[in-house]
Parts: sequence; C-alpha cells; structure tokens
Amino acid sequence: MKKNRLLRNSGLQSLLASLMCIVVGLLVGYLMLLMINAEGAGEAISTIIKNFMYYPSGKAQLKYLGNTLVKTAPLLMCSLSVLFAYKVGLFNIGAAGQYVVGAGACLYMALALNLPWWACLLGAIAAGALLGALSGLLKALCNVNEVISCIMFNWISLYGVNMLLTSVKEATSPYTMNVKSVNPGALLPGMGLGDMFSKNQYVTIAIPIAIVVSIAIWVLLEKTKLGYELKATGNNKNAAKYAGMKENRNIILTMAIAGGLAGMAAGLLYLTGFEQWSCSQASVPAMGFNGIAAAFLGGLHPIGSIFSSFFIQHITAGGAYVDKTLYCAQVSDFITSLIIYLCGFVLFVKMALNRRLDKHDEKLAANTKEGGNK
Amino acid sequence: MLLLLQYTLIFASVLMLVALGGCFSEHSGVINIGLEGIMVIGALGGALMMRYLPAGTSAFMMIVLVILAAVVAGAIYSMLLAVAAVTFNADQTIIGTAMNMLGTAIATVLVKALNTAADPNNVSATIQYFDQKKAFYVNIGSFEFSWFMLIAFIVLIVSHVVLYRTRFGLRLMACGEHPQAADSVGINVYKMRYAGVLISGILGGLGGIVYITSGVSEWKFENGVAGFGFLALAVMIFGQWKPMHIALAALLFGLMRALSNVYVAFDFLAALNIPGFVYNMLPYIISLVVLIFTSKKSRAPKAEGIPYDKGSR
Repeated sequence: MKKNRLLRNSGLQSLLASLMCIVVGLLVGYLMLLMINAEGAGEAISTIIKNFMYYPSGKAQLKYLGNTLVKTAPLLMCSLSVLFAYKVGLFNIGAAGQYVVGAGACLYMALALNLPWWACLLGAIAAGALLGALSGLLKALCNVNEVISCIMFNWISLYGVNMLLTSVKEATSPYTMNVKSVNPGALLPGMGLGDMFSKNQYVTIAIPIAIVVSIAIWVLLEKTKLGYELKATGNNKNAAKYAGMKENRNIILTMAIAGGLAGMAAGLLYLTGFEQWSCSQASVPAMGFNGIAAAFLGGLHPIGSIFSSFFIQHITAGGAYVDKTLYCAQVSDFITSLIIYLCGFVLFVKMALNRRLDKHDEKLAANTKEGGNK
Repeated sequence: MLLLLQYTLIFASVLMLVALGGCFSEHSGVINIGLEGIMVIGALGGALMMRYLPAGTSAFMMIVLVILAAVVAGAIYSMLLAVAAVTFNADQTIIGTAMNMLGTAIATVLVKALNTAADPNNVSATIQYFDQKKAFYVNIGSFEFSWFMLIAFIVLIVSHVVLYRTRFGLRLMACGEHPQAADSVGINVYKMRYAGVLISGILGGLGGIVYITSGVSEWKFENGVAGFGFLALAVMIFGQWKPMHIALAALLFGLMRALSNVYVAFDFLAALNIPGFVYNMLPYIISLVVLIFTSKKSRAPKAEGIPYDKGSR
C-alpha cells in the first residue's frame, strides 16, 4: 500500500516518465550509432553523455561547463515560455519566433543604436512580448488558433530579422558584427562569474537571471491570484468568464509573458557575445523548439525545467566531441528530438499507471472487505 | 518570364502535393504539423534511390523507382505520428514538432555517415544527383517541363474525387467532423485516422522529392526543406481544407516563392528594390490575414487535434 501511494505522487510519476524518455532516447541513439559503425558506438555515446568531462584537465572542464551553462540559460528561458503558455492551455510553438525577434531587437539596439546592455535586454523582452501578445490578440479576438498563427509568425520574424540585421552585418560574412568590438557596453556584465569558470568570458549574469526567472514563474503560477486566474482560464475559458475573469485579457497577457520570456532568452544569449546571428539562415533557430523539449522533459514544472534544459544542452554540446571520422554532431539532435517525441507518450503512460494502481487498490479493497465479512 | 512560370509551377506542385496530404490528415481529425519532417524523409528516400541506382537506368524506371522510394519513406515515417496520435492519444502538436526535428536529424546523421563511409574526407550532408534528375525533366522549347507537374495535377483531381465522391472520402471527413457519430454508424475511426495520416505521409514524401529536384541538383540535408512543409500548411489553411481551393492557393504561394528566386530578372521588380526577404515573408503574411478574416467561421474539421475517445460524448 505504501509503495502504491508513493507511485501515485504526480511529481514522482513525472520524474519517472522523464527518466524513461531519456533512457529510451539514449538507447535508440546508441542503436543508431551501432548501425552506423559498431566499433566506436560505445565510446561515442559515452562522449555525448560526458560532454565537458571529455577534457582531462579540471580547468578545461570548468571552462566548457561554463560554455554549456551559457547556452543553458536561453534554453531554460525558452522552456519557461512554452511551459507558461501550456499551463494556461496555449501551445506556444512561437517561442522560436519570439526568440528570433528578441535576437533581432537586442542585436540591432546593441550594434546600430549603441545602447547599454540593460536597454538591449529590455528591448529583446519587449519585442518578444509584443509578438506573443499579437498571437494572443488574434486568438482572443479573431479565434485564430495560436499554433497556426505562431508558425506563420516564426517565419515572418525570421525573414524580417534577417532583413533588419543585414544592416549591421560584417561586410565579408553573413554574420552580424561582434558585439564586443563594436559596443562592449552592450555585453551582459560578468560580475566575476566568469572567473569561477576558468576565466570564461561568456559566463555572465545571464545564468543566475535565468534561474531567478524560473523561480519567479513558479511563484507566479502557484502562489499568486494572477497565476490562478490564468490557469483557470486555460482549464475552461467559459467557466473563467462566468466567474468574472477577463478571459480575453488573460489569453493576451499569457502570450505576452510567454513571448517576453522567449525574447529574453535571445537577449541572454546574444548579449554575451557567445554567438553571432547569421543573416542568411534559412530555417528558424532550433532554440525555441528545443524549449518545447525541455519544458515537457521537465515535467512542465519551472524547477524541473532547470534540470531538463541543462540535460538537453549537455548532450547537445556533447555531440560536438564525437569522433568526426565516424559520426557527426547531429547525433545529439537526433537524441533530443527522440526525447521530445517520447514525451508525447508521457500522458498515456501516466494514465495507464494510474489505471493499474486503481485496479490494484480495488482488488485490495475487495479482499479486505471479504476478510471482514468472514 | 518563362523561368518565372516554370518555378511557379514546380513550387506550386510541391505545395499542392504536401498541402493535399495535410488536407487528408486533418479531414480524418489528426493535425499534421510534422509535414516538414515527412518531406525531409521523403526527399531522403528519393535522393538515396537516385544515388544508388546504376548509371544506365532508363528514365522511366528512374522516375518510378525514385517516386516509390520517396513515397514509401514518407509513409513509413508518417506512421510515427499515427501510432502516437491515434493509438496512444498523444498531443499531436508535440509529436508533429518532434517529427520535424527528428526528420532533419535522421537525414543529416544518415547522409553524413554514408558520405564519410564512402570518402573519409567528406563530412558534408549533401547528396548530388546532377545526371539522375534529368530523367524528371523534358525540355519543351526553353520551358523545362517536369513530370512532377503532371503528377501533381493528377493527384489534385484524384484527391477531389476521393474526398467528395467516394465512400472512403466521405467517411474520412466524418471522422474529422464528429468521430463519435461516425463510430455509431459502424465506421472504424482509428482505421480512418491511420489512413488519413498515411495518405499525408505518401503525399508529403512525394512533395519532398519534388522539392529537392526543383531547380537544384544537390541537396544539403542539414537545411531540412527550408520551411516548405510549414508553407504547405499555410496553403492548406488558405485553401480552407478544400482540394480545388488548395490548388489555387498553391499557385499563388508558388508564385511568391518563385518571385523571391527570380525577381532580379524583372526590370520593374528589381527597380522597386524590395529585398528578397519580403517575397519570402509575403505568403505567411497573406495567410495570417486570411486567417484573421475567416477564423470566426472556420472551415477546419471540427474534431481535428482531439484524440478520439470512445467514451466521451
């Protein structure tokens, strides 16, 4: 009985389901590696799982752990964006597009307008929030499905941002100019955090900010009236309206917050100078979509997202270290996308588990009753 | 001008095929966001077939085998969606998103592995098919006619007939509108939904191979299919889930895509000095505007996206 009650805990169920997704994902990834080349497969999969521990010296390990964290921060923000909207019953597939406009806004403000970092970061948030709110507005007023409008916005923003950032790109390459050389004031401050990671200049306050935001999102969703209202709207729009909540305002607000989070994600990455935007990219950056993976793998919990984001970024970065004469780095993309695919089954597994527990309990109850009658 | 017509027609063929696929899937009640991934896998199947067919293969055999490979690859891949969404009641949007990422990842990993195995210095994810793709094209004057244009046209007619004139099509649509009602008169909703997704896999795969053989003679699989699957989704919505309207929408969106490729060749368009990005954006903007005006009384299948539950009313 006691074990059963433990299994009934939905938090534990989510954790088990996520671990199952990870194990199956890694297993299928391993099979794929075996198929390509049987001899190196074991080493390759362990390289992916090890990531920064691939380096022998502790100093280098710390430095590359720093690099992984630098990209974990934006991923975490994207996953929060997806998660927040999902809790309110909206599927924010547009995190990718909101991330794109965030990148466009912060890079343009940093490189063309020479603004300081906090202004650029606010710009990124505002741009993402605006795009998100637009999707919410279309949903609330015109009944346009948010998934479809978000997909359209993803591509519109990609081409729009490519066009905008062409004005601040390097003359000889498709990449935007280096933030550090053009406007060092736009780089996020390191506050000495970089020194903790073997002088990794890209480790900035972005990482603590992301963690603070995820805790704030948890508080907002679970401990405030607004969060309750938003969730109620997501559960049943009509009931929320009947209870006197402004359901349209709530939808728009949710999408604006989700959009702001995704826009901020881009700010937290591009304002570290870790990456430059390629103005010739022909597909929407994967960051937003990986955010969907991280959100579901984290059991749709803001704190769970911290760990799942790190894990996904960890294996993605680990993919870069596999033996290139045998395999390619995209093996990690393969594993990540498999994990998202498997996350689709989580609900079914949970239901099946609960059904079995119910049956078990019924049997047990019947048995004790019989015993009592005798 | 001829070049513009040619590009328009071939892009429209791609969009029409894939959008019709999406149309079947959605009419059966399953949203197929994964069309992009299905296209990639279809393209992969076709491209691999082109690569490994011996050089002397006749044009006819080449066309048949390549199409077969693409269609089979797309169909098998689409089963990932069918199993998850129909049998396991999974969220169709998550599964579709995962399939898009998975498609590109599988194609990249496989092609890179094959390339590196053939030549250790080749770490690209590119397949070349310069000679092979000639089988698909016939020159009429200076117009390059592609057999795929004809095939797309035939598929359009067949789709229209199947959907509105056959028992299968009407039953399929019933499953997307009101599955419980369909079930109550003895239609197997699960089977119908599998069929809908399978057709979308077949047509999506076909669309994939048409796309990568249009204009270019090698394909970098890292790029997936550059958003064409999503554009097809837009075409389907703009066409309001009706085959004939989808055909018109495909022509319009094909024209936009073609314009973004060849607008420099037109003096008056080049003089306007609009960047190519704008032509790329336009189809999406137009479909959004259409959505704004039509969504209040949308023609979308009513039960799409909702896993079928026998017990619910």
